[in-house]
Amino acid sequence: MAEDTSSKEYWRWTESNWHDPDIDWKAGDIISAGVDVGSVSSQAVIMVDGKLFAYSNMRTGSDSPKSAQDAMDWALEGTELTQDNIEYVVGTGYGRVNVPFSKRAITEIACHGRGANYMYGPTIKTVLDMGGQDCKAIRVDEKGKVVSFLMNDKCAAGTGRGMEVFADLLGVHITKAGEMSLQVEEEPPMVSSTCVVFAKSEASALLREGWPKEKVLAAYCLAMAHRVVGLLERLGIEEDFAITGGIAKNIGIVSRIEKELGIKALKPSIDTQIAGALGGALFANALAKKERKKGK
Amino acid sequence: MVTAGIDVGAKNVKIIIQDNGKVLGKGQVTAGFDTASDIKEALDAGLAEAGVTREQVETIYATGAGRKEVKDADDSYTEVGADAAGAIYLFPSARTVIDVGAEEGRAIKVDEKGKVVDFAINERCAAGAGAFTEAMARALELPLTELGPLSLTSTRAVPMNAQCAVFAESEVVSLIHQKTPKRDIARAVHDAMASRITSMARRVGVEPEVCLIGGVAKNPGFIDSLKRDLEMEILIPEDPEFVSALGAALLAAGIAN
Repeated sequence: MAEDTSSKEYWRWTESNWHDPDIDWKAGDIISAGVDVGSVSSQAVIMVDGKLFAYSNMRTGSDSPKSAQDAMDWALEGTELTQDNIEYVVGTGYGRVNVPFSKRAITEIACHGRGANYMYGPTIKTVLDMGGQDCKAIRVDEKGKVVSFLMNDKCAAGTGRGMEVFADLLGVHITKAGEMSLQVEEEPPMVSSTCVVFAKSEASALLREGWPKEKVLAAYCLAMAHRVVGLLERLGIEEDFAITGGIAKNIGIVSRIEKELGIKALKPSIDTQIAGALGGALFANALAKKERKKGK
Repeated sequence: MVTAGIDVGAKNVKIIIQDNGKVLGKGQVTAGFDTASDIKEALDAGLAEAGVTREQVETIYATGAGRKEVKDADDSYTEVGADAAGAIYLFPSARTVIDVGAEEGRAIKVDEKGKVVDFAINERCAAGAGAFTEAMARALELPLTELGPLSLTSTRAVPMNAQCAVFAESEVVSLIHQKTPKRDIARAVHDAMASRITSMARRVGVEPEVCLIGGVAKNPGFIDSLKRDLEMEILIPEDPEFVSALGAALLAAGIAN
């Protein structure tokens, strides 16, 4: 997908959809789906017998039910599959009660744990989900079942929104901000304000002092990393460790989290933003099986 | 004895020149890049209004987040000390002083002698400071001065879920999309902020009477919400944003302690 970096919408990240041409859904038994309507982004994941078949990842609009439908439609695009073929849909995320075509709503914590287990395998123990408007630290067992979690959804510090504010302030496209923040000779002191509103004023003052954008970004990435490491440390961290959500794509933050923790995060092989919807689709698969059993 | 109090806040530099407890003049300058020149400008404005020369001012005390920047100061006081001194001088019956500035909120408990017993400060989160209403006025595309009067015309309490100023901005935008009248959103903004301030004040214990100072005390919408939340009347001085500077000036004269 071509990216228009001349655009003034610095917060705008790349939307995408995908399906696996090697999977013949007609030969499958159970087709399930998970739809994650988040505060910033929405995803739909379609699975055939518990295997990832298709997904979409797009911005959430002002209308949650419509966002859920849009995500589903875009995931179905080009698959020849229709929504009627899907046996069970689970809704999750902040707008999970607003997925009209879902049979059940499951919390995003449970879905992220389960999704991360699929993405990274049974060795995954600690998941940090960095979303648009919240941040969750989750401990899971070898089956992806949630053991404990901590969440910040009250404050923009340490969430994608904080990064959006900085991308706008600096006029740097959000998908480039992470890499750009690494282009410093040495790490500057981190932005000292926790609050995004105050951090923004602090950054403006640094720019006036003549700091280059790279250095300001580095200072903010350090602050964001420090903020979420605090959450992880309160929860207790055990390897293997992985980061999901949109911020997992920001190398400037990921590398600084790794450095502060002294632990490497597992490298993702699947789009990190779909973890919640993926977990939802896995739950949907299990629930469909259960329903069939009951029906017999 | 003519003294001056200079309050170097996050957003404004304020100065009071007083003589024996009587305010002779005041000056206020929006803080920019060069704090030293802002301080000088505010001082000059205060001196001009008071009709005294710099030499006639015997003692200068500084307060506020940037109090160390006042090179001319003979001494400096914490914001809490200056707040209490100024507020109790104006309202001797006050036992709780709430100061809501541009980037900070404070609740101070004082005894009958005006001595500070306990205090709580929020300086880490914009949701409990003037920066919150500023951001919301921006989201509503209204001048800040209109936000308060507009919220007084509201007839309906709309709940606001977000506590964070950044998230509240998005919530305000979606309320606008849902065609919620701006007056009701304005009230929701003040209710949300009042609830933050109230919970901070409850940490020290709210004892009547309550005196509200700081720039946000000029916002009638916030005052209304705070009264409702605290379930009591609130004392508000004429120039609430100058109370800290007044306190510093009085301390410099030895009138307050």
